[in-house]
Amino acid sequence: MRPKVKFLTEQLIMDILAEAFEILCKLGVELHNKSVLEMLSDHGCNVDMGKMHVNFTEEVINKALKSAEGEFKLYDIHGNQTHDFSGDNVHFTPGSAALNILDHETKKLRKPLTQDYIDYAKILNQLPYIASQSTAFIPSDVAAQISDSYRMFLSLLYCEKPVVTGTFTIESFEVMKDFQLAVRGSEKALKEKPLAIFSCCPTSPLKFSDVTSQNVVDCAKYGIPVEFISMPLSGFMAPVTLTGTVIQHTAETLSGIVISQLTNPGAPMLYGGSPAIFDVRYETTPMGAIETMMIDCANNEIGKYLGLPTQAYISLSDSKQLDAQAGLETGIGATLAALAGINNLSGPGMLDFESCQSLEKLIVDNEICGMTLRLVQGIEPKEDFPSLPHFEELLQEQHLLISKHSRKYLRDEHYFPGTVIDRANRARWQEEGALFLEDRANNEVKRLISEYTPSEISDDIRNELVKLMEAEAKRYGQDTLPERL
Amino acid sequence: MELLDRISSTLQKGEDEQVAELTKQAIDENIPAQDILDNGLIAGMNVIGEQFRKHEIFLPEVLLAAKAMYAGMDLLKPLFIKEKVPTQGKVVIGTVHGDLHDLGKNLVGIMLKGAGFDVIDLGKDVPAEKFVEAAKTEDAGVIGMSALLTTTMPVMKKVVELLKENGLEDAVKTIIGGAPASEDFADEIGVNAYGFDAGKAVELVKELTGKK
Ligand code: B12
Repeated sequence: MRPKVKFLTEQLIMDILAEAFEILCKLGVELHNKSVLEMLSDHGCNVDMGKMHVNFTEEVINKALKSAEGEFKLYDIHGNQTHDFSGDNVHFTPGSAALNILDHETKKLRKPLTQDYIDYAKILNQLPYIASQSTAFIPSDVAAQISDSYRMFLSLLYCEKPVVTGTFTIESFEVMKDFQLAVRGSEKALKEKPLAIFSCCPTSPLKFSDVTSQNVVDCAKYGIPVEFISMPLSGFMAPVTLTGTVIQHTAETLSGIVISQLTNPGAPMLYGGSPAIFDVRYETTPMGAIETMMIDCANNEIGKYLGLPTQAYISLSDSKQLDAQAGLETGIGATLAALAGINNLSGPGMLDFESCQSLEKLIVDNEICGMTLRLVQGIEPKEDFPSLPHFEELLQEQHLLISKHSRKYLRDEHYFPGTVIDRANRARWQEEGALFLEDRANNEVKRLISEYTPSEISDDIRNELVKLMEAEAKRYGQDTLPERL
Repeated sequence: MELLDRISSTLQKGEDEQVAELTKQAIDENIPAQDILDNGLIAGMNVIGEQFRKHEIFLPEVLLAAKAMYAGMDLLKPLFIKEKVPTQGKVVIGTVHGDLHDLGKNLVGIMLKGAGFDVIDLGKDVPAEKFVEAAKTEDAGVIGMSALLTTTMPVMKKVVELLKENGLEDAVKTIIGGAPASEDFADEIGVNAYGFDAGKAVELVKELTGKK
C-alpha cells in the first residue's frame, strides 16, 4: 500500500472550489494583457478593457477544466522518458532562480558565475534522485537581460535531464523556445516529447501580469508544459487561515488554467504553487514553515480533485547555512509532499527563502529525495508468506546475510544512502577523518565534478545552441560569452 | 504634558479613533502642532519602532499604530500648511522598471508614513527617469528604490547617474532594498544606504534626512 497523507475532506474541497469559482465570477481578476483579455471576452467573459479586468463565467472555467489533460510525460535531451506526471508519482527538481550561491570555502554568499553553473549542471547530471534540472541560479557574469535564457543554455549543454525553468520577460521566451526546438528538431517533435516546464506566476492577490499571461499563451501554443506558481501569503496578501489561503490559491490557479486551455485545449499544465505563510515578526515568507507545507499539500488535493497533475515549492529551507534547520525543513517538506503525492517537487539545494543555492546542500538533499522515494513505495510483502522457511533458515544458518531471499531483495528493500549520510561507527568515522556533514558533502561535490562525463548531446545541436545564445547576447550588447571550461 | 503622553500611549495601542479625538482636543487647547506631532504622535511611533526592533511586538501592531498616527496627522496637516511647519520630509519610493515585486516596497512605504514622512509611492515597474522627475517636482529629499530581480538592479544605478547629471546628488539622497540588493551593491553604484527591512528603512531615512 502506498502511504498517503490528506488534509482536506471531500466536502471541504467542494466548498473551497465553490468559493474560488465565486471569486473568479464576482470579483474577477486584474489582467494586464490586451490580447488575452480579448480572447476571454470572445469566450463570454465580462471584460473591462479600461480597467484591464475580467470576470470569468462558470461555463468558461468548466470548459477549461474539461479540456485539461490529466497527465503528461517529460523527456531528457536524448528523448528518453524521465517523468510520468500522473497518479501520485513523485519527481524532484532543484529550487529555481536563486540570486546567490553559498560558497563552501568562505561559508559566505556570493553571486554565482558561469563556472558555478557548469559545476551545478555536471553534478545534477549524476544525482539519481533528482529527476530534472532546474535553472537553479543566475550567473552574474553575463548581461542581466540574458540571465534567464543563459541559464537554460548552460543547462542544455552540460546536463541531460529535462529542465524546469521560466522567463523574466516576454522577449526571452523566443530564444528559450528556439533552444528546445534545436534539441528536438521540430515543433512537432517538441510537442510529442516535452523537454522543459515553464513556471508562470500569477500575482497575488488575483492578478496576472503582462509577462505571465503572455508566457502562458506562448507555452500553450507550442505545447510547452507550464506550472502555475501562485504565491498567496497567509495573513498578508491572503487570508490568515490556511483554508482561506487555499481558496485564494485555487482561484488564482484556475484563472491560469483558463488562459492556457482557451489558447490551446489540452496544453500540458501542472497545478502548482509556492504559497507561504507570512512571518509578521521578520517580514519574510518562510518556505520551511509547517503551515506553508500544509497549504502545499492541500493545494495538491484540490489539483488532484480537478484531475490535474500537481507541483509545489516544497523540500527547501530558510536557513542560511547547511545546518540542522536546513535538514529538518527540507526533510519534513520532502516527506510530507511525497506522502501527499505531489508530482513535481521544487526545492532541493535551496536556502534562505528561495534566494540561495548550495551545491553541498544538493548532495544532502539528493539523499532526502532518495529516502522519501523509498518511503512512498511503502511496505509490500516480497515472498514473505509463508514466513516459516525464512525463520527455519535463520535458525539453522544463524544469519540471513547471504540467503537467497536477502540477496534477491536487499537492494530494493533497503535504501543505501551515499557517503554524505554518516552510518559508520564512531571509531571508523574518526579514522576516516571525522568529517562533518558539509565537508562530506563537499567531497562529493568535488568527486562528481571530476567524474563527470560530457553530455552526449550531438555536435550539431551543441553548435546550434551556441549560435542561438551568441546571437541573443549580441542583441543585448554582449559580444562574447564567458569562457566555458 | 499629560495629554500628549496620552496621545502617545493611545497610539501605541493602535486606537485610531481615540488618537484622532485626543489630537483634536490638543489642537483645541492650542498646543502647537509641532509639539503634538513630536511629543505625541512621533513619540508614540518611536516607542513602537523600538519594540518592533527588539521583536517584542510584530508587524500588525506596528501597522495599527501607524494607522492611528495617520488619524492624528490628518488633523494636523492643515495646520502645518497654515503655520508653514516643515514636515519630516518627503520620500519618493517605487519598485524599479521591469520588476513587479511590490510587497516589500509597500511595507517600507507604510512604515515611513508611520514615522511621519510624506511618502510619494510611484508604484511598481518605475523607470529611472520617473524617480528623478518625481523627486524634482515633489522636492523630495530621498529616493527609495526596491528591486527583487537580478535583471532589474541596473535601473538603480541609472537613477544615481541621472541624479548626478541633474546635479541633484547632494540634494536627493538614495536608499535601496530588496532581496538581491546589499550593502556592497549600494557602495558599488554610489547609493547612500541599503536597508534590509522596513524598520531599518525608517532608521536609515531618518539618518539620511538628519531627523535622528
Ligand atoms: C512573493 C514573490 C513573488 C510575487 C510578487 C508579488 C508582489 N506583488 O510583489 C510574484 C508571484 C508575482 C512573483 C513573480 C516573479 N518572481 Co518572485 N518572488 C517572491 C518571493 C517569494 C518573496 C518576495 C516578497 O514579497 N517577500 C516579502 C517582502 C515583505 O519582503 P521583500 O520584498 O524582501 O522586502 C523587504 C526587504 O527586502 C526590504 N525592502 C524591500 N524593498 C525595499 C526598498 C527600500 C528602499 C528599502 C530601504 C528596503 C526595502 O524591506 C522589505 C520589508 O521587510 C521572492 C523570494 C525572496 N527571497 O525574495 C521571489 C523572487 C524574488 N522571485 C523571483 C522570480 C524569478 C520571479 C519571476 C521572474 C518568476 C516568473 N518566472 O514568472 C516573477 C517576476 C515578475 C516580475 N517581472 O517582477 C526570484 C528572483 C530571481 C532572480 N535571480 O532575480 C525570487 C528570488 C524567487 C526565486 N528563487 O525564484 N514573485
